[in-house]
Amino acid sequence: MSHPTPEQLEQAAKETLAGLEARTEALKPKERMTIPAQEMPTQDPLARRGNMNEVALGYSTEQARIEAERCLQCKNAPCVDGCPVRIDIPGFIQAIADGDMQKSIDIIKRDSLLPAVCGRVCPQETQCQAHCTVGKALKDVNKAVSIGRLERYVADYEREHGHQEQPAVKPETGKRVAIIGSGPASITVAGDVRREGHHVTMFEAFHKTGGVMVYGIPEFRLPKKIVQQEIDMLQAMGVEIETNYVVGRTRKLMDLITEDGFDAVFVGTGAGLPKFMRIEGENLVGVFSANEYLTRSNLMRAYDRDRADTPIYPSRKVAVLGGGNVAMDAARTAVRLGADEVHLVYRRTEVEMPARVEEVEHAKEEGVIFHLLQNAKRIVGDEQGRVTGMECLKYELGEPDASGRRRPVEVKGSEFMIDLDTVIIAIGNDSNPLIKQTTPELETNKWGNIVVDEDGKSSIDRVYAGGDIVLGAATVILAMGEGRRAAAAINRMLTGG
Amino acid sequence: MIRVEAPLIAKERRPGQFIILQVEHDYGERIPLTVADADIEEGSITLIFQTVGRTTHQLAELEVGDAITDLVGPLGQPTHIEKVGRVICVGGGIGVAPLHPIAQAMKAVGNEVHIIIGARNKDLIILEEEMGRIADELIVCTDDGSYGRKALVTAPLKELCEAEPRPALVVAIGPPIMMKFCAETTRPYAIPTVVSLNTIMIDGTGMCGGCRVTVGGETKFVCVDGPEFDGHLVDFDNMMKRLNAYKGEEDHHHEEYHCKLEQALGEKS
Ligand SMILES: Cc1cc2nc3c(=O)[nH]c(=O)nc-3n(C[C@H](O)[C@H](O)[C@H](O)COP(=O)(O)OP(=O)(O)OC[C@H]3O[C@@H](n4cnc5c(N)ncnc54)[C@H](O)[C@@H]3O)c2cc1C
Ligand SMILES: Cc1cc2nc3c(=O)[nH]c(=O)nc-3n(C[C@H](O)[C@H](O)[C@H](O)COP(=O)(O)OP(=O)(O)OC[C@H]3O[C@@H](n4cnc5c(N)ncnc54)[C@H](O)[C@@H]3O)c2cc1C
Ligand code: SF4
Ligand code: SF4
Ligand code: FES
Repeated sequence: MSHPTPEQLEQAAKETLAGLEARTEALKPKERMTIPAQEMPTQDPLARRGNMNEVALGYSTEQARIEAERCLQCKNAPCVDGCPVRIDIPGFIQAIADGDMQKSIDIIKRDSLLPAVCGRVCPQETQCQAHCTVGKALKDVNKAVSIGRLERYVADYEREHGHQEQPAVKPETGKRVAIIGSGPASITVAGDVRREGHHVTMFEAFHKTGGVMVYGIPEFRLPKKIVQQEIDMLQAMGVEIETNYVVGRTRKLMDLITEDGFDAVFVGTGAGLPKFMRIEGENLVGVFSANEYLTRSNLMRAYDRDRADTPIYPSRKVAVLGGGNVAMDAARTAVRLGADEVHLVYRRTEVEMPARVEEVEHAKEEGVIFHLLQNAKRIVGDEQGRVTGMECLKYELGEPDASGRRRPVEVKGSEFMIDLDTVIIAIGNDSNPLIKQTTPELETNKWGNIVVDEDGKSSIDRVYAGGDIVLGAATVILAMGEGRRAAAAINRMLTGG
Repeated sequence: MIRVEAPLIAKERRPGQFIILQVEHDYGERIPLTVADADIEEGSITLIFQTVGRTTHQLAELEVGDAITDLVGPLGQPTHIEKVGRVICVGGGIGVAPLHPIAQAMKAVGNEVHIIIGARNKDLIILEEEMGRIADELIVCTDDGSYGRKALVTAPLKELCEAEPRPALVVAIGPPIMMKFCAETTRPYAIPTVVSLNTIMIDGTGMCGGCRVTVGGETKFVCVDGPEFDGHLVDFDNMMKRLNAYKGEEDHHHEEYHCKLEQALGEKS
């Protein structure tokens, strides 16, 4: 596979842009569709196997300008319908085309507080870009306007040019809000509630803030410093942060209201309960949940072998079970931690994979071996209880199931073995039951998700919830959207009552 | 043994619960330690630990007044404390530390408490005096006979299982192999036996699954479902194997640490 270097891409962009700028009359839609879609510059696949640095390097200014010119500025803007927080997409793209990056980011920030994050990790091909007219006309969603990359470009531009302004905080109201968790839902609520002048305390179980964006999604996809800047901003606005504080244990949820004097509580504790396969051999040594594997690597920095105290299992042959972003992250982390062979085992086909298309591409480029229509049957080990291999079964696609995806059916007698020393299970997360267990009056559904009304309010007065703990494992942008909604309701309640 | 200022934890903690701490914020390992005692007035908790690896060594080197960068808790389910009659508390090695608050609470609700303390040798016996104050009967044994009875804890445990009145409950905390054999000892007498598992942990909130064990054929998370379980149902063999998962790695770390230490000492002198 040929891999264009960032320099080559930039050179090509300069030429294209010169051609566009030489024109005097406005481009016709047909002409816009012939402008080449801009490819994301990335680190060389071989080089990045050996480092944790970000893979996607971001558009150059020229590339951003060209990509912005591809947008047709559709009157009805179908792309906006695909964005969970309804960012004014044609508006911010027009500003880029006009070269007014500050205006562009200001437009985005009316609706999204985390553009640098969402521009990087949103599953754009199923959200905004899935609806894009250009993609539809060219009959290829991958040729749609790269809305996410443009969003990332302006967010990075603002950060790198130091214009990031601290939102104004209204005079103190004396009301106090407790926020549990520090993921994207919680960060959003903290910002929105603090702006209204309410005092905000954020409680996080871990020793670092940021939730899954920090301990789950790896550095090579989302640099920690981007998340950290959002947290720094909250602190600069006067949000108090208490790490190493497990609500439900260090303090019960209701005690925060009845004893500690909080006027409202937002629960944004995420979906932190790893699912296992319930197959033989799953508790052998060398079998990990993706959460454990990624946490050791990201949060405890196990990848920094010279400095970290946390051990990481010395894996040579790794299998990752699953087909979502979590599975891709685990597989690509294993590559970077030095495994010789990384196998990804998924029981459907690539089309059904829930992972972002870009991550699947990147994983392949980095040498991850894909086993599609296969699934683990049991894991086998030696006398010390260490993994030595995994027995798999082949599958074929049958009738569509409730989710509309064709159901994988096992092929009888198709068992075969793969030699391995490590198995990472990345088949999803359920809701963490800790808060529920210690707050029995809190209503949850059969999956353990907190039940909320359209304001994000739970069954208990003054207690709101949002993000993965409500939706089940979802996305950053949805968590952010839920946070906004709950924050608005909290603000209404506090100023009304 | 260290005392740490942690007023909220001191107030909330119940016997059987633990904390997770980290000595170095960015690169440190998170390790679980039981809250051996707490003083609500003073807002402090007592931790007792054995220096086995890097983090516990670092911990041991802290001086009075030093701060531990990260400490979270109390975690885990508290021990179920109830008046049942005669209770035997068996502690092996450092396991006596977590046993102490449990024995205390068992006594406080009116149980007759017999305590067995075991250690490899005299020097490794801890909390003998404190346990003596709680116990209706205290038995101390060492593997090498350097103090107390020369026996493994299972010997006096078996005798007590046969004595009248029959014990209503056994609580055994110590190295996995000790807990396994305590559970084997009580099994024929069908005496309920609670063990406290010390698996490897990261978050302590049920997020990673690293602490999982097999109990009665089901996978359980020690940090949220435990740390105490029915000793007759725990798959100790699997647990011991999992505890050794990083054996090679940690020994390497440990050696490296000692080398660095010696080097540093050499430079000083
Ligand atoms: C490996 C991985 C890759 C992903 N990739 C993508 C992607 O590419 N794109 C995308 O959009 N989404 C992705 N996601 C999903 C996305 O990260 C989540 O949907 C999002 O982070 C949910 O946000 P949240 O605010 O609900 O909670 P989280 O981010 O889960 O944060 C919850 C926080 O609450 C803390 N907490 C939990 N319980 C307590 C308690 N009792 N007391 C105090 N604190 C507590 C936790 O420690 C955590 O920090 C990925 C997820 C994972 C795991
Ligand atoms: C709920 C719970 C309560 C605990 N309470 C106490 C306590 O009160 N006092 C105390 O001294 N210890 C206690 N432990 C054990 C303690 O957590 C470990 O000794 C500690 O993690 C070792 O860290 P280290 O960095 O010093 O050693 P490492 O370098 O991590 O390990 C050194 C050696 O110890 C083994 N080891 C690592 N982790 C554990 C573990 N969790 N349990 C047993 N062996 C381990 C390793 O295999 C290795 O051989 C408890 C563990 C749990 C899960
Ligand atoms: S936030 Fe996500 S879905 Fe919305 S426009 Fe940006 S990339 Fe698209
Ligand atoms: S649908 Fe595509 S072309 Fe139309 S406004 Fe949105 S981004 Fe631009
Ligand atoms: S320590 Fe992570 S789930 Fe128990």
